[in-house]
Amino acid sequence: MSMAAARVSVQTDDFDLSGEVARLRAQDGQIGAVVSFVGTVREWLPADGAARSPDTCLELEHYPGMTESAIEAMIDEAQRRFDLRGVRVIHRVGRLAVGEQIVLVVTASSHRGQAFDACEFLMDWLKTQAPFWKKEISATGSRWVEAKVSDDEALARWGTLP
Amino acid sequence: MKITVRYFAQVRELLGPGEDLHWPADAADVPATVGELRQWLIGRSPAHAQALDATLPLRAACNQLMCSAQEPLPEGAEIAFFPPVTGG
Repeated sequence: MSMAAARVSVQTDDFDLSGEVARLRAQDGQIGAVVSFVGTVREWLPADGAARSPDTCLELEHYPGMTESAIEAMIDEAQRRFDLRGVRVIHRVGRLAVGEQIVLVVTASSHRGQAFDACEFLMDWLKTQAPFWKKEISATGSRWVEAKVSDDEALARWGTLP
Repeated sequence: MKITVRYFAQVRELLGPGEDLHWPADAADVPATVGELRQWLIGRSPAHAQALDATLPLRAACNQLMCSAQEPLPEGAEIAFFPPVTGG
């Protein structure tokens, strides 16, 4: 048997959704449902009221080491809760322009219900527990993105977490 | 006791990436918990007082696991202070 492919990548490079899905499916003939979430950098209006400019971007900082172990722990928990046959998480760091992909979560299961739920669970966890920080950078300045209470509420619906 | 402190995001911009702390065995002011360490650091400089102010909703990690202010400080631990996370 070959070594299991990496479940978690934190990288500056872009990722390819269809390639990642194909790799997951090739590992297991029992997979009957694949759900994927791709987060992208959307346009935003600078807080100071300045006009949007094409060079606005996000800068993503993270805590090397803890980021990977926190996501691995979150996948372990997802596998305890859901009947999963495969998971892949990729999160980009560094400077990202409007329109670029930031995050990929792919869950694979025999049937769709478990794959949908697990994908949402993983994203809710990732938004509130994985040590990433976003900074919006525009021509006129920069500001750190503030955490949203709605993200904590989204995680709370999954009950007690380890 | 030795502790490595790491800072991220807004806290890092004010204080740099972190600092290595060392207390002699007979020191009287050694913090016992992560919350006490934050208080101790606040006393170090005006920049520390600003970056770690008690009213800021900062999070902490002990040896790369999220923890509360009540978490005891293990010898040689890596303690991180940072704002609520905003990835995804």
